[in-house]
Amino acid sequence: MSEKKPALWLRIFSFLAYAYIYLPILILIIFSFNTQKINVRWEGFTLHWYEVLFRDSNVLLATRNTLMIAFVSTLVATLIGTMAALALQRYRFPGYTVTESVLYIPVIIPEVVMGISLLVFFSLIKFTLGLTTITLSHIAFNIPFVTLVVRARLHGFDKSIEEASMDLGANEMTTFWRITLPTIMPGVLSGALLAFTLSLDDYVITYFTAGPGATTLPLRVFSMVRFAVTPEVNALSTLWVMTIFVVLLISQIVQRRQVQH
Amino acid sequence: METPSRRFSLTRLLRENSSLQGLALVSPTAIYLLLFVVLPMVLIAGLSFLTRGSYGNIVYQVNYSNYARLLDPLYLRILVYSLGVGAATTVLTILIGYPLAYFIARAPARQRSLLLFLILLPFWTNFIIRIYAWIMILRTEGFLNTILLNLGVIQVPLNILYTPTAVLIGMVYEFLPFMVLPLYTSLEKIENAQLEAAADLGARPFRAFLRITLPLSVPGMIAGSILVFIPAMGMFVVPDLMGGAKTMLVGNLIRNQFLTARNWPFGAAAAMLLMILTLVFTLYYTRKAGFGEEVLI
Repeated sequence: MSEKKPALWLRIFSFLAYAYIYLPILILIIFSFNTQKINVRWEGFTLHWYEVLFRDSNVLLATRNTLMIAFVSTLVATLIGTMAALALQRYRFPGYTVTESVLYIPVIIPEVVMGISLLVFFSLIKFTLGLTTITLSHIAFNIPFVTLVVRARLHGFDKSIEEASMDLGANEMTTFWRITLPTIMPGVLSGALLAFTLSLDDYVITYFTAGPGATTLPLRVFSMVRFAVTPEVNALSTLWVMTIFVVLLISQIVQRRQVQH
Repeated sequence: METPSRRFSLTRLLRENSSLQGLALVSPTAIYLLLFVVLPMVLIAGLSFLTRGSYGNIVYQVNYSNYARLLDPLYLRILVYSLGVGAATTVLTILIGYPLAYFIARAPARQRSLLLFLILLPFWTNFIIRIYAWIMILRTEGFLNTILLNLGVIQVPLNILYTPTAVLIGMVYEFLPFMVLPLYTSLEKIENAQLEAAADLGARPFRAFLRITLPLSVPGMIAGSILVFIPAMGMFVVPDLMGGAKTMLVGNLIRNQFLTARNWPFGAAAAMLLMILTLVFTLYYTRKAGFGEEVLI
């Protein structure tokens, strides 16, 4: 589209829209430093709620669980999801279209449906709900996203550099490790990043597959938020938001660098 | 002596047969999804035709009444209400998202990816945190009321939290990027030459917008609507936290049947209904515009 300067009303509207997106988060962060416990009015600056947070053993346990689930599910989903992306982009095999459509199911269906279907599945095979079932479920919804992202990257892949490598005497394995993988690596990494954040963020599917014992950060935050508004939740949210912002900014900078070179 | 030669021939077979290579690469994903996605869905479909026992257990007796029960006025009202909330959320995200996507698409090329990134950034953080931020703002002694009372705009605090309005505010906030992204994708594709041609032929900017830009952005609008409407109907967290116990959507109904009412066959029937709606909408869209991957990510 053209680069003509947008109309004034459009610029004002967009500014307000960005304010609408960021204001709630800003308020959340500011009030994490508030001395007042019921968190109604600003009273004064304190880091007390961060101290409370770091002593809350439930939160620490939930953080550990969340990170563990996110790491394992990202690792598995990235590995086999990338393999599937390579297969779908480069080969024709029996069951191709079926696989392609099945990959879209977790992307499209409402989360609540996927959650209850996994709950029914695990209880039918008498698999006790816990961290294992959460991880298995996270792998299931992460695979399609990894495959989609990596496929998009493979789509613009110039096959002639692979052919050049083979012409120069490299075998298929060497070509894959030295040429193909480094080229699609940015796609694999952004797929992994997407999978990791999806796993960190997930409440609905975790809620149905967690069982009574296991807890993750989203589950913990939900139960904290449900009945009371305390600055401790603000402190937790602030740390969470900051972590995600920093990780995303770094990944953006890294990606820009790669494009430039 | 037998084994090495057989292994040799197997690797050779794999090397020479490209469809076998493809199968080998795709099989872990295919098997995993078959086990953890397809099979559970099939179980839900089967479960929806079974009967609930008196202790909340499942009786293996074929029964169609779960679907008939969905037509009961009580549940029909929930369904209609969900369709209404889904539609309202979709319309509101279009009203806010369209000008925003248009603005980003017309920004200088260097700034576009940054502007888009700024839309997405908050939505990589946890969505319960985002809902909590709105609870802080909207509650009776919250941020909004404090400001309005101090400014003298209102005398009595507004009760917004735990009303359908609060649910809509939360839903629009959650789903806005899912509308902006596909809208931006289709708006960005529009060639400058098309708009210039319209201007050369004497069309005023507004007319050119109505006749060229708007029709060409319809695919993005449909894609965005699907990405907003379907998850909105299945959403139960926003109604739970912001609507009090008063607002029931299909998502809440399904959750309750599985976890509190313990009527799994009926819950499965409600889930099937939601899945069928999803399928119908997605197929309609696939026919209409073709499923672009860039729209989904």
